Amino acid sequence: MSMLYVARNPRVAARGLDGEMMIMSGRDSTLFTLNKTATILWQNADGTTPLSEIVERRICSEFEVEPAEALQDAETLARELASHEILQISEHPIPRPASAGESH
Amino acid sequence: MSGLHQDGLLQQMTAKALRLNVPLNVQLDLTYRCNEKCVHCYLDHHDHGEMTTAEIKHLLSEMAEAGVFILTLSGGEIFLRKDFFEILEHARRLMFCVKLKTNAVLIRESEAAKLRDLDIESIQISIYSHRPEVHDAITLLPGSLKRSVDAIRFLKSQGLRVIMANVLMTANMGDYPGVRALAEELGVECTLDPTVTPMMDGDRSILKLNVDRDSLRQVFRDESMVGDAEEFCAIAAAPGEDELDATPCSAGHTACYVSPYGDLFPCVQFPLPTGNVRRERFVDIWRHSSAMNEVRSIRIKDLTTCPSCPHVSSCTRCPGLAYMEGNMRGPSSQDCEKSFARTGVPSANMLAKARRAANLVQIRAVPARAAVPQAGAMA
Repeated sequence: MSMLYVARNPRVAARGLDGEMMIMSGRDSTLFTLNKTATILWQNADGTTPLSEIVERRICSEFEVEPAEALQDAETLARELASHEILQISEHPIPRPASAGESH
Repeated sequence: MSGLHQDGLLQQMTAKALRLNVPLNVQLDLTYRCNEKCVHCYLDHHDHGEMTTAEIKHLLSEMAEAGVFILTLSGGEIFLRKDFFEILEHARRLMFCVKLKTNAVLIRESEAAKLRDLDIESIQISIYSHRPEVHDAITLLPGSLKRSVDAIRFLKSQGLRVIMANVLMTANMGDYPGVRALAEELGVECTLDPTVTPMMDGDRSILKLNVDRDSLRQVFRDESMVGDAEEFCAIAAAPGEDELDATPCSAGHTACYVSPYGDLFPCVQFPLPTGNVRRERFVDIWRHSSAMNEVRSIRIKDLTTCPSCPHVSSCTRCPGLAYMEGNMRGPSSQDCEKSFARTGVPSANMLAKARRAANLVQIRAVPARAAVPQAGAMA
């Protein structure tokens, strides 16, 4: 399994509500919500921390799941989010665009 | 780890925001200045001290922290602010879902391209007629229809979602089918609002521009507008307890409005002062203002006349218009008119007014000669 990096897509609109993220796609204004696990992934998707590290440090510690299984699930989720242009994924670190913002 | 949900989300998130007292949806007017001088406008266009760029950026940061997700930037004409794009960029950096309301007169190719780059959700543009002589006579700006329509083409060419907003009044009553046809030709959405509202200072003189009851009835029976007219015009079933226990609308519950001067109101049509963001934090006004909490406490069953009205389940009653009539718990007569035009059945408020008028007839029975000296004495 190659190293995967994930970054929040700055083109979306996003806001946290009660521990979950609301995300509106910049492509077609479709609204999504992320559950607590996906929200952790989103919040830590800074483009420079490998997905495996996010899973190990932020998800396994929080949810008592096997690292290998959690990483596989996280990759599937990251690719799904990327298909909706919510996340960007790459095998290399993703530079932060000048207009990229922080969500609350 | 399946983490993505989609179906019926906005309603779910709104219900959650209501439970958690989160202002999900805010309209911020950046200015009341305008390059059009629409005959039906409810605003005073003079600048009485707009918030500075820094103040607005600070407010946006506070609103993001408070959980605001949908941010509507409106006016006045937003493009008259020289810092408009700086404000919009800041809003998008804070990841708001941004909607714009404008007359679009100042939007050319370069502005349309910038708006695309900033990923706004939609842009609503006021169009009152497909005929320049009618539209421009309402905006009092010669050439405004052409410039607005040109702007719509620029925005569409950038792939942006455009909504044409048409306010129905006596001057353009016959033109709404033409506006719809224009929207179709341009490939944009179109909305129709049949209500001219009082000015924010309470002046009701512009209400004379509202279409009459017969015209309203005609619109409500136009199936190209409402779908199945019989269904649209039917009287709703009597409300259940849940409906009577519901909140009248989102104003003050999950939505609010901030003026260019920092005044926070429950809604743009509900000018009840609750605080000013120049003096207090946005979230503190939202959570702790006694006026906002009073609005929040009102349930439909608490209204003075409406719970017994046959239209209570389907009425578009606006609490702000009721407030401007003198009682935020009272009926909104303009919405009573709409319910009557739609169904042919008078509202409880209309019947009560008719009874009061009937009583006044007895007062009129006093001989006219006796009344004249009194009137002269007052002068």
